[in-house]
Amino acid sequence: MSKYTEEELQKELETKEYEYGFYTDIESDTFPNGLNEEIVIAISKKKNEPQWMTDWRIEAFRIWSEMEEPEWANVHYEKPDFQAISYYSAPKKADPNKTLDDVDPELLEMYKKLGISIDEQKKLQGVAIDIVVDSVSVATTFQKTLAEKGIIFCPISEAIQEHPELVRKYMGTIVPQKDNFYAALNSAVFTDGSFCYIPKGVRCPMELSTYFRINQAGTGQFERTLVIADEGSYVSYLEGCTAPSRNENQLHAAVVELIALDDAEIKYSTVQNWYPGSAEGKGGVYNFVTKRGLCEKNAKISWTQVETGSAVTWKYPSCILKGNNSVGEFYSIAVTNNYQQADTGTKMIHLGKNTKSTIISKGISAGKSQNSYRGLVQIASKAENARNFSQCDSLLMGNKCGAHTFPYIEAKNKTAQIEHEATTSKIGEDQIFYCNQRGIDTEKAIALIVNGFSKDVLNKLPMEFAVEAQKLLEISLEGSVG
Amino acid sequence: MLHVKNLHASVEDKAILNGINLEVNAGEVHAIMGPNGSGKSTLSAVIAGKEEYEVTDGEIFLNGENIEELSAEERAHEGVFLSFQYPVEIPGVSVTNFVKTAINETRKAKGEDEMPASDMLKKIREKAELLEIDRKFLSRSLNEGFSGGEKKRNEIFQMAMLEPKLAILDETDSGLDIDALRIVANGVNKLRSKDNAVIVITHYQRLLDYIVPDFVHVLHNGKIVKSGTKELALELEEKGYDWIKQEATV
Repeated sequence: MSKYTEEELQKELETKEYEYGFYTDIESDTFPNGLNEEIVIAISKKKNEPQWMTDWRIEAFRIWSEMEEPEWANVHYEKPDFQAISYYSAPKKADPNKTLDDVDPELLEMYKKLGISIDEQKKLQGVAIDIVVDSVSVATTFQKTLAEKGIIFCPISEAIQEHPELVRKYMGTIVPQKDNFYAALNSAVFTDGSFCYIPKGVRCPMELSTYFRINQAGTGQFERTLVIADEGSYVSYLEGCTAPSRNENQLHAAVVELIALDDAEIKYSTVQNWYPGSAEGKGGVYNFVTKRGLCEKNAKISWTQVETGSAVTWKYPSCILKGNNSVGEFYSIAVTNNYQQADTGTKMIHLGKNTKSTIISKGISAGKSQNSYRGLVQIASKAENARNFSQCDSLLMGNKCGAHTFPYIEAKNKTAQIEHEATTSKIGEDQIFYCNQRGIDTEKAIALIVNGFSKDVLNKLPMEFAVEAQKLLEISLEGSVG
Repeated sequence: MLHVKNLHASVEDKAILNGINLEVNAGEVHAIMGPNGSGKSTLSAVIAGKEEYEVTDGEIFLNGENIEELSAEERAHEGVFLSFQYPVEIPGVSVTNFVKTAINETRKAKGEDEMPASDMLKKIREKAELLEIDRKFLSRSLNEGFSGGEKKRNEIFQMAMLEPKLAILDETDSGLDIDALRIVANGVNKLRSKDNAVIVITHYQRLLDYIVPDFVHVLHNGKIVKSGTKELALELEEKGYDWIKQEATV
């Protein structure tokens, strides 16, 4: 990663307005709007799925039909009309006539600053990727390395065909179809996502998806991810992209299930930068995601997330600490600006003995946004010596935004040790003046203060990702003071 | 270097400075003394360009240039440094990172390249030694959990790193024990040269035993009511401020 200078930041800030992407009307295979059992069956057929998968989807659809969209979150939005959405659109093909010369140079500049490769830029902009010898060989080497270790990493639709025994065994065990409204919807209509299996005792030698990030751009609005770490294995998985996503779907309802078997460890990092809507609060993505992991004996799951995008976010990556001595961690930075709303946090369900969980949540609110932390720490009656530490810090910028904390604690075992710390601070004029007096302008001062505030979480991200995420925070908060 | 002419300033419509005249030349040390509420800190904030203060009349010249239109950071780039009476905390930002950012921002404003990391490191080491600052201190979050003495020492460390033309030390002696005072004062003395100037704002004469001023001014009700040499400070120490107040009202 090259050095990042103020001059570069300035350039980026000039392009801060979210570029919605360049929708080109290219060949696509789209279903008519609306949702019913036939559509669900059609999706399954289109994907050539086995009968058990079709049945599972139908079951989910029936459950969903009986459910009501939840309203308990601290967010306000116009509910989507689920009959006005098309539930299947074949992955878009690249336009063979489009080149990077057709793309706004300012946007390309931003990609460059974020360190996004040329191939990836093309992918993001729907430009055909050249067959570059280098890139092909990299991909081949990558696949070979994984295959040698017995690691499976592929689209979930492929896994349903190639590894039905694994998918069937685990899908829906962590997030059942009936778990919640959006999870049920996802279960019925998910189009694709990722599947990952790490065999016993294998340590995945690379961050999964650092390379494959390219291939993930443009996955559908109902994404389904399943990661299984078999006994004693380790995997670090990266999801998302710091580049502004061009996804034009308004509603996103993804499901992510993680399974860490005995002594396994999964580290799952997310950077989410979907369209947050205009500065006036028009448009933007609704992001309603269910993410949950299960830890067996001595297993560990870490969720790390940097959330800067979406108009409305509803997301609680959680850990079920079933096995004795298992560990759950949640590190989060959620930034809201303008009219964004986020209700996010985690659930740590302690079932096993000597289970431990850590929650570090950093909320940054600016503009007229609302940022809520909602967390549950639950200690079951048999969970002897369970421990939790939670820290929820909120940083406010200006006086029109809001920060809220809703921590829930349920302890049914007397040996539990639960600590909760919360702080709320405001970027003060005194802090800004202090920086100004040292020659640091206000924009840079805010970046400095915000990065300092977020440091505990940024440190948990893989190195290059952390650098990108740091820049992303700066860009997201541009113009939020003054 | 600094020329303040008939400066009037107010905050929230309350007049605090009522016609200050002050001329500070390169190589000089000026002390500004005065009772609480006389406007000492306001004067330093106005020179540094704090926005909440409104200049209602008069002018401030820095090296012959009227700085009225310059923002606080631009004034800093021109070489104005303020050692704060109450330095603020910035959690998660280390002393080193902060100082590095400050230096590079100033260089950039002047169209210079960033300071190479090796030079930066060397300079940090040198100045930390000058102020007897432990290396571990430099990786701590700026002012977070610092003792009064550490905060002030950190201010002077930043001054040493930034090498300002005009340094204003606002009550740098408050909260310092005698050892810390000596270290801080020694640091300031070593940084003095014929090209820079220092304004020491203080309540007590104590600091002036260590940083010996060329001129002493007494501020009262937003005006300089008496100027003299270092003997004036001793006289104030002995007699207090009351006689000045009386003299001023006569």
